[in-house]
Amino acid sequence: MSRSLKKGPYVDEALFRKAQEARAAGSHAPLRVWNRACTIVPEFVGLHFEIHNGRTFHKLFVTEDMVGHKLGEFAPTRTFRAHTARSVKPV
Amino acid sequence: MPRIAGVDIPAQKRIDVSLRYIFGVGPTRALEILKKARIEPQVRANKLTEEEVSRIAGIIENDYIVEGQLRRQIAQNIARLREIRCYRGLRHMRGLPVRGQRTRTNARTRKGPRKTVAGKKGVKEMHRG
Repeated sequence: MSRSLKKGPYVDEALFRKAQEARAAGSHAPLRVWNRACTIVPEFVGLHFEIHNGRTFHKLFVTEDMVGHKLGEFAPTRTFRAHTARSVKPV
Repeated sequence: MPRIAGVDIPAQKRIDVSLRYIFGVGPTRALEILKKARIEPQVRANKLTEEEVSRIAGIIENDYIVEGQLRRQIAQNIARLREIRCYRGLRHMRGLPVRGQRTRTNARTRKGPRKTVAGKKGVKEMHRG
């Protein structure tokens, strides 16, 4: 079920304040984030983030297209393991 | 055979059914369109007058996104997800299910035909061991 519209998007208050400060100061220092469930709001556009994936921080530069997604969507938590493409044996 | 929304040529079926041959029109929309055009859904497509056909065509053109344009829109939405490299975009790139389904078993629609791996233990061997 999707979130009630009445509540509006879920945004981490503390992070939002930090983002506002960063914008006001025009700083490019990345903001470290553990709260992956926080929605990306238009105020975040143009800022750098470092999102925790459980182990390391994943760098992210927020663009306009990302508004409405959650921060966690951009920092994969699982190591993707695929089989390497089978090399053709030389004759 | 009447032509509606470009290439689509629905058959000698009931008009509500033949409209569903248009990509982007399903059972609900077919009835919706016919209601707007004030045409009975049970008439056969070939029994419609020219004027009725153009009325349906006009409604579809104005109020709905169908066929090529719809396909393009869907492709664009997916391209956007890929471009921003979000979780859903990555799942599309890897050809895995996008909406959180399990992949340990099933997921064959996304993954395609089974690629059997030699030496991988099957159910039988596991019970023996």
